[in-house]
Amino acid sequence: MTAILPPGASAPEFTLHVTPDQSLSLSELRGQPVILAFYPADWSPVCGDQMALYNEILPEFQKYKAELLGISVDGVWCHEAFAKDRHLHFPLLADFEPKGAAALKYGAYRKSDGFCERALFVIDKNGIITWSYCSPVAVNPGADGILQALESLPK
Amino acid sequence: MSTLKVPVGTADHIQGDENAALTLVEYGDYECPHCGHAYPIVKRVQKHFGKRLRFVFRNFPLNEIHPHAESAAETAEFAGAHGKFWEMHDLLFESQNRLGGELFQELAKRLKLASADLLAALEKREFLAKVRADFAGGARSGVNGTPTFFINGRRDDDPFEYVDLVAAIEAVLQSK
Repeated sequence: MTAILPPGASAPEFTLHVTPDQSLSLSELRGQPVILAFYPADWSPVCGDQMALYNEILPEFQKYKAELLGISVDGVWCHEAFAKDRHLHFPLLADFEPKGAAALKYGAYRKSDGFCERALFVIDKNGIITWSYCSPVAVNPGADGILQALESLPK
Repeated sequence: MSTLKVPVGTADHIQGDENAALTLVEYGDYECPHCGHAYPIVKRVQKHFGKRLRFVFRNFPLNEIHPHAESAAETAEFAGAHGKFWEMHDLLFESQNRLGGELFQELAKRLKLASADLLAALEKREFLAKVRADFAGGARSGVNGTPTFFINGRRDDDPFEYVDLVAAIEAVLQSK
């Protein structure tokens, strides 16, 4: 397992598909805090899995004007079905081709498994990582770390 | 390790001895099947530890996947305002597969609460702020799904079958 990018590092740029015909680049969000939530896969078989949980906590993130992006190696069609099923109100990005390339830049790709770590990054409005955390794949990290990191951003 | 950020206090619904050595806090959702599964387990755990344990239930409704969870939580809070939180809490879990306005009315009547007042409270969202405050505190404490348990303020990441919960609580008791 490689270490994920630490606080102080500049957040690597990426451009990924959000929908079949739309892409999003990280740099488009410069000027506001961004939360990157890399996760292993859509369709975890539990109530309140990590993405469903963040969906509910979204209003708390929005108090800090932070944009949340979920990222996994699932394709756009899979993300679309998953987001629809769980009524997700934030974008899911497909790190699909070349597979895991964005996650790799953040040290958040598990080559042996072929999916992303459960890794979280809070990026400030200037594109600098201010907090990062890698959870054991089986443990949903919750949102307390993210909320604390957002809280400590300069106003 | 995630810890409880909102200490147990007067705004909470608490069962058991105030001076108990152990405090078990559950963040739960009345419509969540895993919480429904945990409901009788918690009762057994309470019985097992007796006076050594107090139990606190806080709301963490996952609205996007459980459409009746928030109004169920508001119904329990309404009953709580009339001194019958735990009675309503139990009835809601015991009739989890029928949650909805009709059931809430029926349960209010069964507990001899004014069902018209409940209807008005739900319409005015009188208890929503309390439910949302529980939720926000849970998010800050690292609640990562439902149910999430905290034993003396520390999040318990282990499974929550009876033997697991008892073992986790025993471990905290031993370490004191």
